[in-house]
Amino acid sequence: MLAEIRLPPASPRVLLPAAALAAMLVLIFAMEPRAMSYFGLTLLLNFALPAVFAATAQMAVIAAGDIDLGLGPFISLVNCLAATWLTTRPAAGIVALALLVAAYAAIGALIHLRRLPSIVVTLGASFVWLGLALLVLPTPGGSAPAWLTTLLAVHPPGVPLPVLVSILVGLIGWLLLMRTSYGTVLRGIGGNPRAVARAGWSLLGGRVALYAAAGILGVLAGLALTGLNTAGDATVGTQYTLVSIAAVIVGGGEFVGGIVSPAGAVIGAWIMLLTGSLLSFLDISTDWQLSVQGGILILVLGLRALEQWRAA
Amino acid sequence: MRRTIRPQGWIVGAALAAALLLPGARAEAGAASTASDGIALSNSYAGNGWRQQMLKMWNLAAQHGIAIGAIAKTKVVNSDNSAPQQATQISDLTLQGWKAIVIDAASPTALNGVIQQACSAHIVVVVFDSLATAPCAYKVAYDYVEMGEIEADYVAKHLGDKGTVLEVRGIAGTSVDNDIHQGIVQAFAKYPGIKLVGSVHGNWTQSIAQKEVAGILPTLPKVDAVVTQGGDGYGTFQAFKTADRPTPLIIMGNRQDELALWKQLAGGPGGYPTMSLSSAPGVSSIAFWVAQQVLAGVTVPKTVHVPLLIIRANDLDAWLKAVPPGGVSTPLYGQKWTEDLIAANLGHSALPQSPIPTGVP
Repeated sequence: MLAEIRLPPASPRVLLPAAALAAMLVLIFAMEPRAMSYFGLTLLLNFALPAVFAATAQMAVIAAGDIDLGLGPFISLVNCLAATWLTTRPAAGIVALALLVAAYAAIGALIHLRRLPSIVVTLGASFVWLGLALLVLPTPGGSAPAWLTTLLAVHPPGVPLPVLVSILVGLIGWLLLMRTSYGTVLRGIGGNPRAVARAGWSLLGGRVALYAAAGILGVLAGLALTGLNTAGDATVGTQYTLVSIAAVIVGGGEFVGGIVSPAGAVIGAWIMLLTGSLLSFLDISTDWQLSVQGGILILVLGLRALEQWRAA
Repeated sequence: MRRTIRPQGWIVGAALAAALLLPGARAEAGAASTASDGIALSNSYAGNGWRQQMLKMWNLAAQHGIAIGAIAKTKVVNSDNSAPQQATQISDLTLQGWKAIVIDAASPTALNGVIQQACSAHIVVVVFDSLATAPCAYKVAYDYVEMGEIEADYVAKHLGDKGTVLEVRGIAGTSVDNDIHQGIVQAFAKYPGIKLVGSVHGNWTQSIAQKEVAGILPTLPKVDAVVTQGGDGYGTFQAFKTADRPTPLIIMGNRQDELALWKQLAGGPGGYPTMSLSSAPGVSSIAFWVAQQVLAGVTVPKTVHVPLLIIRANDLDAWLKAVPPGGVSTPLYGQKWTEDLIAANLGHSALPQSPIPTGVP
């Protein structure tokens, strides 16, 4: 039983999106050679940071076999807190962010204990996040703490910041989730909870750990967004709910079975982000962007189904 | 091997970075000709009539600009009312080396980071309509406080400083709604005989305005006048009609249905005195020419105030002919008009009035 969930995710799952991303980058560099420079890459991938954190947060929830529909508004709430309290009352800001992570863990516990559908609980939570964000910052404004904007504008030697952080997030996620025994247990919660429980692990503890991880990554996404925007807005993150889900799926994840891949989620986030840029460089109207993103999703799922059908 | 490759990569990177920054540096020098320059539009949302007309006006202005050799090319990118998506698009435009980027922003604050980045790359950034607060951007701005004051003054004078007024507001939490409301309250403070008896949020949408006004009407005494924000006058009228209340003085907002209603009411016994005012979707053409003027090295103030489009009774017929059904009244502003506007802003003199188009632009 346990042997089944210890299997590493089939490598084509990540190889396919990685190849797709490489093809996109080649096309972008061919269309816009200026993108190939250090500053070009920084400009191109600036918003990869919040997207990558959002995708890995979503991945943590999907690993538990759940789905998080509140992630976007949660990121907005972090953005509002970071642009107000974290600047004016740093101690209160840090406590508030810690409470948000605790709230995420509590949501995980609630879903597990009451056997509630995560889709409903997180949808409900999304309205709570939006309401809190509007309470903290009724109209867009505030300003990011100076250390945060400075941090996001750091130019590490050789590799642009968004690239460096993306690789680090993918690597750390891979080490934690794929290379530790507890990581295997965590993936087992979504894949084969009965086997995990029979092996003596707490399902409640596992789900709480995954949701807390999602909370931490969500906070990081919000902080990264604040550093880039330099200010707060209560509706700024809305889009990240669906983009993060799409990134996980495009990156080789599945809605059921605890099949996820941190590296895949990072690659998926890049693909979703670069779709718009690629269309722009190809001089295709941005009105097509959402359709193309949706089309990629269907294509990926279609190819996957085809592969399984051929394997069967 | 590694050691030899790395420094080379650095040099290539630095050279490319320099190449990226150089074209912008040339524009800063204030070369008079903008014939080879490109101006791009980043629009946050294209899903309503006002924005559609705004985009149409942009394209007309840009096509004209290309035809007379004022610029070489243009490009329009729309985001889905999402600030991160729009920010990414602005980053892409920066990367593509557009000389000027004109922005109708999804958020007053969330684009400030990328706008600053574009400014640092010596790109001219002009924001209009839904503004962003980044200090380095040129702002083409309506004075919405003044809009509230003009409405309130007209109503108070017309009622002879005695009467009850209902306020229909826009989308809560937006700066436009706050400013217009502030102007109305400020102006009415000068008229002790005028009483604001109620306020609803019509969200600049006729159907919502109708529903909200219908909801509050049973709680109100006789209403003498309604101050509005545009896109809500026709719905307000419908609410009064359905409730069998006498039609009050309703300030109109330049939409075709509102102007047609005004014309219809004015044809009835006793006429129907009112006024109509709003921002004009053609403000995109002003923003276009402001960007071109900055590129040409003309001195332009950081904030260019734009006059509201005010329609008085004697211009009603002319404007009705110039607005398509379902549309919003707007002129297409030209280069000369924008030059006059900039001069008036610099000299703190009276702003030029909006020209009345001879047909549907």
